[in-house]
Amino acid sequence: MLATRALSLVGKRAISTSICVRGEHGVAKVDDYALPAYFDRRENPLPDVQFVTELSAVQKSLKEKEKGSWATLSNEEKIALYRISFKQSFAEMNEGTKEWKSVIAGMFFFIGMTGLVVLWQRKFVYGPVPPTFESEWKEKEVQRMLDMRINPVEGFSAKWDYENKEWKK
Amino acid sequence: MFRPVVRLSTSGVRSLTRTRPCYSAPLASRCYSHAKVETDEEFDARWVTYFSKPDIDAWELKKGMNTLIGYDLVPEPKILDSALRACRRLNDLASAIRILEAVKDKSGPHKDIYPYLIQELQPTLIELGISTPEDLGMDIL
Repeated sequence: MLATRALSLVGKRAISTSICVRGEHGVAKVDDYALPAYFDRRENPLPDVQFVTELSAVQKSLKEKEKGSWATLSNEEKIALYRISFKQSFAEMNEGTKEWKSVIAGMFFFIGMTGLVVLWQRKFVYGPVPPTFESEWKEKEVQRMLDMRINPVEGFSAKWDYENKEWKK
Repeated sequence: MFRPVVRLSTSGVRSLTRTRPCYSAPLASRCYSHAKVETDEEFDARWVTYFSKPDIDAWELKKGMNTLIGYDLVPEPKILDSALRACRRLNDLASAIRILEAVKDKSGPHKDIYPYLIQELQPTLIELGISTPEDLGMDIL
């Protein structure tokens, strides 16, 4: 743990797959995944390591210039320094994806597929509907219900005008 | 309610002398913590002192800042001022800009907090030569 703390103080992951000796117990290879990692998160604004580990000559000279007054740095230099330490700015990090379009498209697609399946079912799976659904049967059914005075106060027959033999307006 | 069993030990019977207010008066007292609540000023002072350490190291700055952002609050300008000066001592302009971005993000829907912070920090920003993310065009994509 002290080794990784020292590495973060230096600010770069100089050792990626080197050997480190711990006490007298032999060697242990420090794998990449075991070292502090860089990640952009809103809740962790300053990650454990810099984003750029191997600095070019230009970047090194910029880092030297950073030790002086920051007012002498141009905007481009300040942005360059930021980009050395960080991968994405907060604005870039928080940017939404266009994933929702794929989600809606997928939804419509599957609803459509389901509709096709339902249509196929109606044609090939289900048998015919009972005769009681035919319009001739239904007419006779309604006439019978009116003759029986079904719900004459507020319901069915109440809406029928018996004098004029038509539905009440 | 059962009484704790008395254990006779060489150090004497000390276990019973510790009071347990919750059990002794069932209806009279409540089981609230007796810890002292830190006031806002104490909180601010503590954090200002943390970042004001003259030989603060990079890890402490990161740890402090990440912890502070983890709290359910936007830090006071004086804490941020102290943190920005710590960045200056560490020659880390990038972290200074990142801190400003982080507090703006932390304000969430309250859009009036960040301009206030910048207004309060303006003397420090000019003194140290820190540009805000807006000056650098980093707040837009």
